[in-house]
Amino acid sequence: MFELLGVPPQVLFGQLLLGLINGSFYALLSLGLAVIFGMLNVINFAHGALYMIGAFVAWFLLNKLGLGYWWALLLAPATVGLVGVIVEKTLLSRLYKLDHLYGLLLTFGLALIFEGAFRHQFGVSGQPYPIPDALKGGQNLGFMFLPNYRGWVVAASIVVCFGTWFAIERTRLGAYLRAATENPVLVQAFGINVPVMITLTYGFGVALAGLAGVLAAPIYQVSPLMGSNLIIVVFAVVVIGGMGSILGAIVTGLGLGLLEGLTKVFYPEASNIVVFVVMAIVLLIKPAGLFGRER
Amino acid sequence: MPDIQNSGAPMLEIKNLQAFYGESHVLHGVNLEVRQGEVVTLLGRNGAGKTTTMRSIMGIVGKRTGSITFQGRELIGMAQHKIPRLGIGYVPEERGIFSSLSVDENLVLPPVVKDGGMTVPQIYELFPNLQGRGTTQGTRLSGGEQQMLAIARILRTGATLILLDEPTEGLAPVIIEQIGVAVRKLKQRGFTIVLVEQNFRFASTIADRHYVMEEGHVVDMIHNDQLAQNMDKLHAYLGV
Repeated sequence: MFELLGVPPQVLFGQLLLGLINGSFYALLSLGLAVIFGMLNVINFAHGALYMIGAFVAWFLLNKLGLGYWWALLLAPATVGLVGVIVEKTLLSRLYKLDHLYGLLLTFGLALIFEGAFRHQFGVSGQPYPIPDALKGGQNLGFMFLPNYRGWVVAASIVVCFGTWFAIERTRLGAYLRAATENPVLVQAFGINVPVMITLTYGFGVALAGLAGVLAAPIYQVSPLMGSNLIIVVFAVVVIGGMGSILGAIVTGLGLGLLEGLTKVFYPEASNIVVFVVMAIVLLIKPAGLFGRER
Repeated sequence: MPDIQNSGAPMLEIKNLQAFYGESHVLHGVNLEVRQGEVVTLLGRNGAGKTTTMRSIMGIVGKRTGSITFQGRELIGMAQHKIPRLGIGYVPEERGIFSSLSVDENLVLPPVVKDGGMTVPQIYELFPNLQGRGTTQGTRLSGGEQQMLAIARILRTGATLILLDEPTEGLAPVIIEQIGVAVRKLKQRGFTIVLVEQNFRFASTIADRHYVMEEGHVVDMIHNDQLAQNMDKLHAYLGV
């Protein structure tokens, strides 16, 4: 059996795959945060809770309505998006004229309420969610074994991330979004309904979190705390990538997932903090983030 | 279009307009009217309320009272994004070119609100400097080119009334001349234009009438052909 850098390839690639999967979730979640921050200037602390709700919607659909994974993939993001639209319309939209800190406080409070409510109902233990039949099993790639479902998660999140990037950077709708991020008053003076755009942007951003929740359900268990465990790392990813940078969120999310995986192989003790070490270094050298622009 | 000119109700009519930014009362009863096909300037010193009058028409000041009608429709109380959809194009003083958009994206950003807007080739004919710059980042253009782009993107939309806020500010004389040529061509095409200007020599080469503003209201109106007789008065108003 050959070795790479003193490590058996199965171990190395196994950890890299795990890292890539974590990275996929980092990317999906930080992308939503970046889209929301760019347009609303709100640091959406409720993002982790909404990711958790996405997973629970999938669980409810399966256990109460008998609707399986593929339905959940559609309905859970739609439900979470709708929750987002209601939150933006009824709560967040009242805060835009105040300091940005209020948006952060509101979403932080919402996260506590959502998580508390689910904890009250379900406790802290996870609910299992089965892998859909079509994605059971795996492929032997020779150097490693790739479970089909994990491959699907990585592929699906990369497609969604770059689809979102394309929509924002290369389409007419995206041009409205970028322009409104820069100068909402002028975009409104061209006849575009900016408040509706803001509402839909928030809805879309949190729908991405809902989608991540469904993708995560069969891998991690569905539990009320699944969001808060992940979201701290995701915020570090957003800071490293640069607040509001779309491409930065995607690349940094995947990259840091891989870096975590590598750290687990070569220096396992540091794997939980490596992201934060990188964050500290980036903040020292390039405070606006790797892909961010100074505002 | 010309047969409606100088007949019937004015295209834009402002009556007793008061406007506020937060606590400060900026406009104190502005009255003016603009007929279809006219080019009208707002002259006045800094802080006289010219830009605020423009912004009030577009609905982007804090609060306003009084009346602003465009083609008979009251704009005060109308949803902000509906005002441009009536056919009013706004070119702000700071030009408002988006740095995250290319020149092409800037050009096609404002939605078409009415039939009869200019086509992109016609726009390039009017502003040859913009041709071939499509993929350049909007804010990498020179100041004069950004001003041209800011005007150009409104012409596509089919807007019939154009609000131009200080299009010559900070530009070299040769660029000002180019912009003057373009504005005169727009007038020939039948556009109605309200122009805020500090540079009244420029204004006198294109305008039909001039409103003089002082301390938040209109203090005088001078026809362009009577400008020569009124030079002393105008100098006193503008403090030049």
